[in-house]
Amino acid sequence: MSSRLVNWFKFSSPATFYPLSRKIGTISTIIAVILIAIGLYMSFFVAPTDYKQGEGYRIIFVHVPASWMSMFIYLVMAGWAALGLIFNTRLSAMMAQALAPTGAMFAFLSLWTGSFWGKPMWGTWWVWDARITSELILLFLYLGYMALRAAIDDPRRGDRASAILLLVGVVNVPIIYYSVQWWNTLHQGSTIKMSEESTMDETMLITMLIMTLGFWAYSIAVAMARLRSVILERERSANWVRELANGEL
Amino acid sequence: MAEFFHMGGYGLYVWGSFGVTALLMVAEPLLLRSRSRQIKQRILRLARLEQGANQ
Repeated sequence: MSSRLVNWFKFSSPATFYPLSRKIGTISTIIAVILIAIGLYMSFFVAPTDYKQGEGYRIIFVHVPASWMSMFIYLVMAGWAALGLIFNTRLSAMMAQALAPTGAMFAFLSLWTGSFWGKPMWGTWWVWDARITSELILLFLYLGYMALRAAIDDPRRGDRASAILLLVGVVNVPIIYYSVQWWNTLHQGSTIKMSEESTMDETMLITMLIMTLGFWAYSIAVAMARLRSVILERERSANWVRELANGEL
Repeated sequence: MAEFFHMGGYGLYVWGSFGVTALLMVAEPLLLRSRSRQIKQRILRLARLEQGANQ
């Protein structure tokens, strides 16, 4: 019986996860390239012109996936931070560390593409509306997490301090998500609803989902690549890294 | 073709969004590649130094 169970703690060691991260990274890269290629083709050549916003609405195909990823990556990082605090595993903190710059990039892209969408549709690049302001705070949380990590010399102390920052910041994610319902915002409400049918053309919806899955695979691929560097940087004096070096990596 | 780039008058906004997104999502993997090269070179150099010291 016990031989059937996977010992998950085995993979919480950087040395055992290092070879696995390469396989995950390669598979995710292939999936990301294929899905984003299909998604881009559909964004421009398959999805119909919007009756109200013309061709301008096509920004949705990068804006919504980037915004979703910026929130989702934060939740995943907070999850790893919690695991790291509970089980005191080094790899969990490294996972969060590997995801942060990608999450920050998506938060920035969400604001950037939103700005480029707001200008033609609302007539302004920026407005201090609840949705946009809380997304900006998310970007600052990412930057704060990275700055705090970098400011603490002892990596393990840095792991714990930044894990707590991540967990406190989680409160911001539901605020972003529900901001369009709680407050009267300039930002439109959700087009995709979980409880009822969404108010969107099916081709547009499928295109957006394909782009989202592509961004998802992209995030896993770059996180794995960054994780491999983080592991090597932090474990450079460990025996297993020396053995890797003797085999010329 | 020109019509495609014009995007019904929304060219600046559509390409400004897709362009910057593409730029960042291409730059990030490239930066990561050079980071990986750097740390690997450093580890190899450390290993060589250590071998030299042991002889």
